[in-house]
Amino acid sequence: MTAATQPRRMPQSLIALRNILAFLMRSPTSAFGLVVLAILILTAIFAPLLATHDPYVQDLQNTLQRPGNGHLFGTDELGRDIYSRLVYGSRITLTIIFLVTIVVGPIGLLVGTVSGYFGGWWDTVLMRITDIFLSFPSLILSLAFVAALGPSLNNAIIAISLTAWPPIARLARAETLTFRAADYISAARLQGASATRIIWKSIMPMCLPSVMIRLTLNMATVILTAAGLGFLGLGAQPPLPEWGAMIATGRRYMIDHWWLVTFPGLAILAVSLAFNLLGDGLRDALDPKQMNKR
Amino acid sequence: MTDPILDIRNLSVRYRGTPDPAVRGVSFTLGRERLGIVGESGSGKSTVGRALLKLLPTAEITAERMQFEEVDLLNAPERRMLKLRGRRMSMILQDPKFSLNPIQRCGHQIAEAYRTHVRASKAEAKAKAVEMLAAVQIRDPERVYMLYPHEVSGGMGQRIMIAMMLLTDPDLVIADEPTSALDVTVRLQVLNILDALVRDHGIGLIMISHDLNLVRNFCDRVLIMYAGQVVETLDAADLDHATHPYTRGLLAAQPRIGGDRSALPVLERDASWAQTGATT
Amino acid sequence: MWRSRRTARSALQQLTTIAVTLLGLLVMTFIIGRMMPVDPVAAIVGEDATRDVYENVYRKLGLDRPVWQQFLFYLRDVATLDFGVSIRTGQPVLNDILHVLPATIELATFAIIIGAGLGAPLGVMAAVNKDRWPDHVIRVFSLMGHSMPIFWTGMIGLLVFYAGLGWVGGSGRMATFYIGLVPERTGFLFIDSAMAGEWDVFWSALNHVILPAALLGYSSAAYITRMTRSFMLDQLNQEYITTARVKGLSSRKTIWRHAFGNIRVQLVTIVALAYGSLLEGAVLIETVFAWPGFGQYLTSNLIIGDMNAVMTCVLVVGLIFITLNLISDLLYRVFDPRTRAS
Repeated sequence: MTAATQPRRMPQSLIALRNILAFLMRSPTSAFGLVVLAILILTAIFAPLLATHDPYVQDLQNTLQRPGNGHLFGTDELGRDIYSRLVYGSRITLTIIFLVTIVVGPIGLLVGTVSGYFGGWWDTVLMRITDIFLSFPSLILSLAFVAALGPSLNNAIIAISLTAWPPIARLARAETLTFRAADYISAARLQGASATRIIWKSIMPMCLPSVMIRLTLNMATVILTAAGLGFLGLGAQPPLPEWGAMIATGRRYMIDHWWLVTFPGLAILAVSLAFNLLGDGLRDALDPKQMNKR
Repeated sequence: MTDPILDIRNLSVRYRGTPDPAVRGVSFTLGRERLGIVGESGSGKSTVGRALLKLLPTAEITAERMQFEEVDLLNAPERRMLKLRGRRMSMILQDPKFSLNPIQRCGHQIAEAYRTHVRASKAEAKAKAVEMLAAVQIRDPERVYMLYPHEVSGGMGQRIMIAMMLLTDPDLVIADEPTSALDVTVRLQVLNILDALVRDHGIGLIMISHDLNLVRNFCDRVLIMYAGQVVETLDAADLDHATHPYTRGLLAAQPRIGGDRSALPVLERDASWAQTGATT
Repeated sequence: MWRSRRTARSALQQLTTIAVTLLGLLVMTFIIGRMMPVDPVAAIVGEDATRDVYENVYRKLGLDRPVWQQFLFYLRDVATLDFGVSIRTGQPVLNDILHVLPATIELATFAIIIGAGLGAPLGVMAAVNKDRWPDHVIRVFSLMGHSMPIFWTGMIGLLVFYAGLGWVGGSGRMATFYIGLVPERTGFLFIDSAMAGEWDVFWSALNHVILPAALLGYSSAAYITRMTRSFMLDQLNQEYITTARVKGLSSRKTIWRHAFGNIRVQLVTIVALAYGSLLEGAVLIETVFAWPGFGQYLTSNLIIGDMNAVMTCVLVVGLIFITLNLISDLLYRVFDPRTRAS
C-alpha cells in the first residue's frame, strides 16, 4: 500500500507495479479479471493454433449446426465454425484496445499536460473543450462520428478515441498541477530548458502511470462501445469475426439457433467484466477518491 | 456512597485487526458523582466511554464485570442496549459541528431523542424539546428549534447537544471532551450549564478530557490513563499529592498564571508504566 | 446583502458556462454535419438533376460561402428552430424527434426507477457490510450489469422471457393488434391509454416495457450502487451517526433516517446523470426491441446518412444532458439546507 500511493517516481514504479499486482491477486474478483485478460492475450497470440477451423471458410453443407459434432460452439448461417471465429475475434478486440490506448493516451497526455503546465488562457480553452466532450454520452458521439467518417473498424476506433480522451486529459492536468511547482521543474526552467522539453522529459513520464491505470479503468466502456458499433453495423464489417457484428448477424436466426448470439455475447461479457473487476481492484489498490469519477 | 451506578472491573478493549488492546484492565466504580478521565490523545480514554455504551462494532470487549445499575452490560443484547442508550445512559460528543446531523433541524433532532424512548405525540415532543432548550439557557428556544446546525454557533450547538442528551433524564452521562472544540470564552458557560443540570438531576457524570485543570475544577474524582491503562486514581482535591510519575509530569507541564516563566518541562514517559497495572 | 450578490454572480457564471457549452455543442454538430460523406445538395435535388438546378440549390444552401458564414447560417437556423427536413420521412426533423421522444422517455423513466430502486438499497447494503460477503456479492452483481453488452442481454432476455417462458411481451411498445387503437395525444402511451380508458392497451404496454426497462435499469444500477456505497461510507464515519446511536436509535433507523438522509441530495444528482446515460443504452436496446423511439430514429438515420436528422439528434441529446446537469445542480441547491440561502 505504501508503494502504491507513490507510483510516480520512475525507479519505484516497477516496484509499485509489482505491489499492485500482488494486491490484485489477493482479491478473487480482480484475480479473475487478470486471468481472463491473460487468456484473451494468449488466445490472440496463438489463434492459429487454438482455432479448429478457418474462421472465413464457408461450408454451406453445414450451416447452423448445433454445438458439438466437431464444432465446439456450432456453426453460423454460412457454415463457419463459431469457436474459431471467436478465437480470431479476440485479435480484433485486442487491436481495438491497443489502438485506442495509443491514440487516447498521447492525446490526453498532451492536452492535459499543456493545459496544466501553461495554465491561464491555454488551460481555460482546452478544459472548456474537454468539458464539452465530457458532457456528451460517449456512444452517441461515437455514433455520430462514425456516421460522418463512414462505417469501418478503423473509423470506429477513431470515433471511440475521439470520445475517450477527455477523462485522460482531465487526469493528466490534475497530475501536472501537482508537479508544476516541484523544485526540480523550477530547476530545469532556471537552467533554460524549454517548456516543450520540460513537458516531454519531466512531466509526461510522471503522469504516465496514473494515465495507464485510468485507461484500464475505461477499457470496459471502450469494449462495449466497440461491440455496440459493430452490432449496429457501424464498426467492423463482415466477414470480419468481430464479436458485436457476429451478434448482429446471428440475431436473424436467434429464435431457433441460440448459439449464434450466445457465445459471442459471453465473450464480450467476459472481457468487459474482466476490465471492470480489474478496474475496481485498482481503484481499491490506489487512492479511492481520485478514481471515483468515471 | 450509595449503590454505584457503574461498576467496571478489568475492562479491556481490542480493535479488530490490531495486535494490542487499546484499553487494558481498567477498573472503577461510579456513584452519583462526577468522575474525570484524563489522558493524552491515544491513551484509550475515549474508547472507555464508547465501550460503556457498546458503540464499538469493530472491537472486542472483555471484562470481569460491567454492571450498570441492575444491567449486566457485558452480556446485554443489542435490543437491551437500545433501551438503555439515550434513555438511561447517554454521551455528549466533542464537536457540535460534526455531531449534529447537518440536514435536520436542531429541534427535530432533540425531539427524536425523546420520541425514541417515550411514547409521545410530535407536539408533546416538541414542547419537551423547547423546554429543554430553555433549560440549557438558550434564549428564544422556539426559533432555535427550527434552525439547522450550520446556523448556530459552536457554544449553542453544544448546548443543543446537552439538551438532547439530558432530555430523557438519564442516570449516567459521558461527556467526551465536551468543550475542547469550543472557543475559550464559552467553555466555562457551557460547563456551568452542564454542571448545574448534572447536580440538579443527580446524574452520574464521566468527563473525558485531556485538560487537567478543567477536570480538577469540575470533577470529584480523577482517573489518570496512560497507554490504555489507569495509572492512578485520585480525589480531585488531592491531585497535587499525586504519587505516580506520569501524573506528576502532567501536572508539571501545566502552565500557571503567576508562576515563574521558565520553560515548562517536557513530559517524560517510561515504558515500564505501560506494563505495570494501576498503582492504587 | 453580499450573499445575494454572490448568488447572482454564481448564477451568471453558470449561465456563461451553459452558453459556452451550448456553443461548443453547436460547433461539434456543425463539424459532424460537414464531415458527413453524403452530398447535401444531391440529397435534396436527386441524383439526376440538371447542373443549373444543382448550382442553384448549392448557392441556396450557402455552400459557396466561407465556412464561418455557413456556421452563422447554421446558428440562425437553430435559433429559429429550423433544423431542416428529414430525407427519409420528408417531415421537419424537429417534428420527427418530438414524435419519437416520448417512447424513449417512457422507457428511460421506467428504467431509471428500476435502476435507482435496485442500486440505492444495494449500495447502502454494501456500505453497511463493507468488506464482508454481502459487499462482495453486490459488487460482482452490479459490475455484471455494467459489463453486459445491452443489445446482447436484450436478445437473451427476449429468448428466455418472451420466446421461452412467455412472461413478457415481445418487441415494440404494445401488442401489434393494439397499434393505432389509442388516439395519440401526449405520445406517452401510458398516459394516452389511461386517458382513453383503454386498460387492455395499458397492460399490454406495461407488459412490453418491463423487460427492456429492467435490463436498461440493471445496467445503470452499477453506477448508482457504487456511488451510493461510497457516499454512505463517507456518512457512516461521521460523528452525527454516533450521536444517533447514542440516542438509542436502532441501526436500521440510524442508517436510513440519518445517513441515507444525508446522501439523498448527492444521490439525486447521480440519478439525474444516470438518466442521461440511459439514453445511450436506449439507442442499442431500442434496436433490439424494435422500440419506436429516439434511439431507433437516430440509428436508422445514421445508416442512410441523413445529415439533418443526425445533427439534430446529437444536438437534442446534448441539450438533454446539459438540462439534466442543470436540474441536478438546481435540486442540490433546493434540497440541501447548507446551500439554501436562508
